[in-house]
Amino acid sequence: MDLIRSHVMVCGGTGCTSSNSAAVIAEFEKLLAEKGLDREVKVVRTGCFGLCEAGPVCIVYPEGCFYAHVKTEDVARIVEEHLVKGRIVKDLLYKGAMEEDKQTVKSLDKVDFYKKQKRVALRNCGVIDPENIEEYIAFDGYAALGKVLTEMSPDDVIQTILDSGLRGRGGGGFPTGLKWKFAKASVSEKKYVCCNADEGDPGAFMDRSILEGDPHAVIEAMAIAAYAIGADQGYVYCRAEYPIAVKRLQIAIKQAREYGLLGKNIFGTGFNFDMDVRLGAGAFVCGEETALMNSIEGMRGEPRPRPPFPAVKGLFGKPTILNNVETYANVPQIIVKGADWFKTMGTAKSAGTKVFALGGKINNTGLVEVPMGTTLREVIYDIGGGIPGGKAFKAAQTGGPSGGCIPASELDIEIDYDNLVAIGSMMGSGGMIVMDEDNCMVDIARFFLDFTVDESCGKCAPCRIGTKRMLEILERIVEGKGEDGDIEKLETLAESIKTTALCGLGQTAPNPVLSTLKYYRHEYEAHIYEKRCPAGQCKALLTYKIDPDKCKGCTLCARQCPAGCISGKVREPHVIDTAKCLKCGACMEKCKFGAISRG
Amino acid sequence: MKSLAELQAIRNRMIDQVSMRKDDSIDTRVVVGMATCGIAAGARPVMLEFVEEIKRRGLENVTVSQTGCIGMCRLEPMVEITVKDQEKVTYIHMSPEKVARVVAEHIVNGRPVEEYTIGYQG
Ligand SMILES: Cc1cc2nc3c(=O)[nH]c(=O)nc-3n(C[C@H](O)[C@H](O)[C@H](O)COP(=O)(O)O)c2cc1C
Ligand code: SF4
Ligand code: SF4
Ligand code: SF4
Ligand code: FES
Repeated sequence: MDLIRSHVMVCGGTGCTSSNSAAVIAEFEKLLAEKGLDREVKVVRTGCFGLCEAGPVCIVYPEGCFYAHVKTEDVARIVEEHLVKGRIVKDLLYKGAMEEDKQTVKSLDKVDFYKKQKRVALRNCGVIDPENIEEYIAFDGYAALGKVLTEMSPDDVIQTILDSGLRGRGGGGFPTGLKWKFAKASVSEKKYVCCNADEGDPGAFMDRSILEGDPHAVIEAMAIAAYAIGADQGYVYCRAEYPIAVKRLQIAIKQAREYGLLGKNIFGTGFNFDMDVRLGAGAFVCGEETALMNSIEGMRGEPRPRPPFPAVKGLFGKPTILNNVETYANVPQIIVKGADWFKTMGTAKSAGTKVFALGGKINNTGLVEVPMGTTLREVIYDIGGGIPGGKAFKAAQTGGPSGGCIPASELDIEIDYDNLVAIGSMMGSGGMIVMDEDNCMVDIARFFLDFTVDESCGKCAPCRIGTKRMLEILERIVEGKGEDGDIEKLETLAESIKTTALCGLGQTAPNPVLSTLKYYRHEYEAHIYEKRCPAGQCKALLTYKIDPDKCKGCTLCARQCPAGCISGKVREPHVIDTAKCLKCGACMEKCKFGAISRG
Repeated sequence: MKSLAELQAIRNRMIDQVSMRKDDSIDTRVVVGMATCGIAAGARPVMLEFVEEIKRRGLENVTVSQTGCIGMCRLEPMVEITVKDQEKVTYIHMSPEKVARVVAEHIVNGRPVEEYTIGYQG
């Protein structure tokens, strides 16, 4: 038998794969084999560790050393020094993984990025080999399914999920146990359980990471849900743009079948359940539950009116539940550890944790999981490492194109479903885009509306036409052609779209506009009435000026200007012809005397 | 999968293969000095014997790792064992033959093998 004394866990998530972790893994395997260490040291390709910004990342156990930005050239040193001689290669360690004395390695749970995190949905990501079902089993995998099938009635399962307070992580926050209860109550000889892995929000990759890092957790949870409501078939609807996630999920399903954890008579209890993957074409609206079911049935991915709700008449006209990937990932642990354990995390009305994909103007872009009720400040500064370049935090956008902005004045808000709604944003599925003083909030609203207009399926007029009108107004405003009354027009349109659109896409599309209007109305006003962009982002509204008192007449700017619109004599103040200026900013970057300003 | 017992069997077989990754569950750490001096003095067989012995006894929550030069080359092979909440014990001049006794008396029964330790005056 092999005597494994050390594990090298290399991230094989999408982020690290794109920074070439596959070559790092190959290099480890090659060098270890050359040294005859391949029977002592095991290389494991894992899912995302969360710190994608530091990728490719790898952790060497048992020491728990966190190496960051590992290049193939670095592998030889890690093998030579660390794995052969036991000397940690300090200069390759993740910078936050050392104690102050720069000598001792911190254990991972003490590293700033991880310290305030609580990994439940992500517990196995970066810890197991997602392509090996036995590693999942070693970490108590499928114990929940075993317990459910041998010790609990379907009603017990539903009651446990209800008691845990688990709410949907896909955006709406609907109580999961209640959804299951409705579906169980529907009488039918055929029912379905579905998993929503469409993940359409720009910047979001929570669900992808779970499927890549711990696919069996989702399979196990879907089997539990199927038992609870009386279904025997499941579908995971996953976007085709997630090839690694799809592949790992398919491998996992195949292994689960081989081990008899999917199929007939599971654990000898007479319970049957099997599942398949369906690929989505990547339209945002296909994440909406009724559109998703249409798409699985092979029809156009367009929403249907509700009611009837899926719990009554869903996929193929049968009672169906649809839950998000992250929602499912919590289920097995709730069964094993109990509803009370789950409720110890989070707030009174939002139990458990939430995974966020941190992006935008933040030092540690990546994936974080925190207990509900963690403040935005902790997420941004303690975990996210703050804003690059010492700039000021302006807002965090959550909920994607359906959500809104949390302004700096609300940094101490405890993040949970209800608090975010109360301030005009929403939890959403977990995308969190951080903005600093350089972001123009009107432009952000325009960006999200542009996205929804693009993604509207066109079935109903309020969404198809209304959002287009709103976008036109916003485009006018950022181009400096805004008019008195535009803000009011936006507000009226927003109200009517919200109340008359057929599906959630249209109903929530105005949110980014409404929430930026709520907190940054003055920016809209500055654009419209003063033709000025306070953040200095909207090109059409910028003017570059040279301060004659500061200008030394060095001519550098004039030589840089692509439009040739800077004139002046040597050692005399220069001037910009604003009519010809292209607003490229080259002059401002070059001036050594800070004489050029933008406003 | 026909029964819970089958699942449990897989778990038991796999658990010691992954236990080193469970940071908080580790109770005992065995650290073998594996710098050039240690390797020359025969630290490798010692380490492998620890791994083997721990596996043989099915001990969970024990990890074997290696470190660079502990600083006293003439006492190599050296092994440090830290049991949770107890002071570190340093063994010197270790050999594969001594390992079984250390595992049995120190790691399993909590009584360090005094005569192998660095402070022992024979
Ligand atoms: C336009 C639109 C897009 C959506 N996209 C997603 C998505 O990508 N992933 C997701 O889980 N839920 C998405 N939802 C929410 C789903 O309709 C559904 O509420 C959710 O999957 C239910 O699972 P949960 O209760 O576990 O959150 C979307 C909703 C709308 C209106
Ligand atoms: S609201 Fe928009 S996306 Fe939804 S059905 Fe209507 S047009 Fe389609
Ligand atoms: S680079 Fe600056 S100092 Fe030199 S001419 Fe231009 S504005 Fe004046
Ligand atoms: S911003 Fe560009 S185009 Fe305008 S003056 Fe400066 S260099 Fe010339
Ligand atoms: S993909 Fe490697 S850390 Fe996220």
